[in-house]
Amino acid sequence: MNDPNPTLEINTELATRILIEFIQTEIQRAGFEKAVIGVSGGVDSALSCVLTARALGPENVLALFLPYATTSAESQQHAQAIIESTGVKSETLPITPMVEPLLTTIPEDEQVRRGNIMARMRMIVLYDRSVSFNGLVIGTGNKTEILLGYTTLYGDSACAINPLGDLYKTQVRQLARALTIPAEIIEKPPSADLWSGQTDEGELGFTYEEVDRLLVLLVDNRYDVEACVGAGFKRKFVETILERIRRNQFKRLMPPIAKLSNRTVGYDFLYLRDWGT
Amino acid sequence: MTQRTIAMAQIATHLGDVDANLALHLEMIEKARSQAAELIVFPELSLTGYVLQDLTPTVARQPVPEDPTFSPLLKASNDIDIIVGFVEAESRHRFYIAAAYLSGGQVLHVHRKVYLPTYGLFDEGRFFAWGDQVRAFDSPFGRIGILICEDFWHASPPYLLWLDGAEIMFLISASPGRGISGDERLESARWVERINQAYASLFTTFVIHTNRVGFEDGLHFWGGATAFDPNGEMLARGPYHEPALTVVKLDLAQLHRTRVRLPLLRDERTALMQRELERILRQPK
Repeated sequence: MNDPNPTLEINTELATRILIEFIQTEIQRAGFEKAVIGVSGGVDSALSCVLTARALGPENVLALFLPYATTSAESQQHAQAIIESTGVKSETLPITPMVEPLLTTIPEDEQVRRGNIMARMRMIVLYDRSVSFNGLVIGTGNKTEILLGYTTLYGDSACAINPLGDLYKTQVRQLARALTIPAEIIEKPPSADLWSGQTDEGELGFTYEEVDRLLVLLVDNRYDVEACVGAGFKRKFVETILERIRRNQFKRLMPPIAKLSNRTVGYDFLYLRDWGT
Repeated sequence: MTQRTIAMAQIATHLGDVDANLALHLEMIEKARSQAAELIVFPELSLTGYVLQDLTPTVARQPVPEDPTFSPLLKASNDIDIIVGFVEAESRHRFYIAAAYLSGGQVLHVHRKVYLPTYGLFDEGRFFAWGDQVRAFDSPFGRIGILICEDFWHASPPYLLWLDGAEIMFLISASPGRGISGDERLESARWVERINQAYASLFTTFVIHTNRVGFEDGLHFWGGATAFDPNGEMLARGPYHEPALTVVKLDLAQLHRTRVRLPLLRDERTALMQRELERILRQPK
């Protein structure tokens, strides 16, 4: 495809069908019937929750709302709306009393650190609750944030399977609209909700819509910098994004193992997860 | 009798579990027989699953009566002809992506995949040896040929089968779905259907395509078996993304009618083609 103006549009029926069957099949092949998912009130986790509820049945899905002291009331309302409309089981477990002891013990106040601790605490709670619920943790990370590395390693990126990881944020919104997720969830400024007034786009310095149009050229259509500039993007922006993608490759791979033997996990011990099923 | 009934089986295989896949084959064979099919066509690597990687040696079989996997299939082929996809273990410890035609308790033909995609998401060349022959063969359905997936992404293997007399081309795939857009079909599905229809039209042959369904980790396979007649018209299409047995009736006499109207095979300038190909290959690169 050499379309100079590639569209991010997807056939939402087709995408829904593939993603629902992916969730069903891969959960079952791992020997499970249930799933646990963290809902934040944002569009990514809302979409993941709706797809998972359709795939497994709402009674087999446990949605966890895990607010911190600074989490907005709006986030709670939006998370609640998704829980109610899907009919999934739910629990609200405030993470403030879990996070505070670490922040107090090591009082180096820095926003990114606080954000990472919250994301990792949510991961701990999700995995902990998944044991007694006997379900697997469903991911909510989209292709944009995976490529940009806008995610906390072993935090929000931790999951058993990720149905959204090949959809750009723009496409997540399109699919969310098709699955009738409330417009206020889709249209509000995306936020990690780690401090009051934080928005993804404010922190990143560009909009998802803008960066998605560039990413689809760079990644999917294999354009080089010149071709992106030719397609109307500022050179500085293209180079910044490319560098960001490169710098964050470590978040997308398992940690490298130093090879010593003839057969080493990660290099020449090659099996899919679905091995034998 | 020029009317023949063929069943196209699009199954979701178990990755590396040959026994489970064999049971699924025998089930589908029974179903095809109950619908009066005379031949059942399974997809690429139907006995093993697709992304085999280091499972390759453990799932490899030899298409002989002594083999515990082929024994029941050969027995079943007394009642219905079978095209089955498997990993062939050859005596020198090389492994091939292969397809066998079973009929009357015998192996009539084995095709070894010639083109092993080793790019993008594919890594076949790392694990498999490539086949070195493209041959049509005689069967109860007349002279036919089998190609496996990437074999027919290249134009030369269907062309060779055509010249070798194939009246039906059986194309079998494990094609991972990719390329979502606003279209209701994936780019991979559109591409394969387009070229299959083109082969049927250009070579005035029947083209039967089966593709598997199901998932392997994040890869999904889109199914959508098709049958085209020698006019390039679609005779049948299986559903997308779900297991199915699609039964299609072929009127083999259509081949005669089409080729009388459109004598492309008669007029094919094979000597010219050979001469020019030799010249092209002699040219310094």
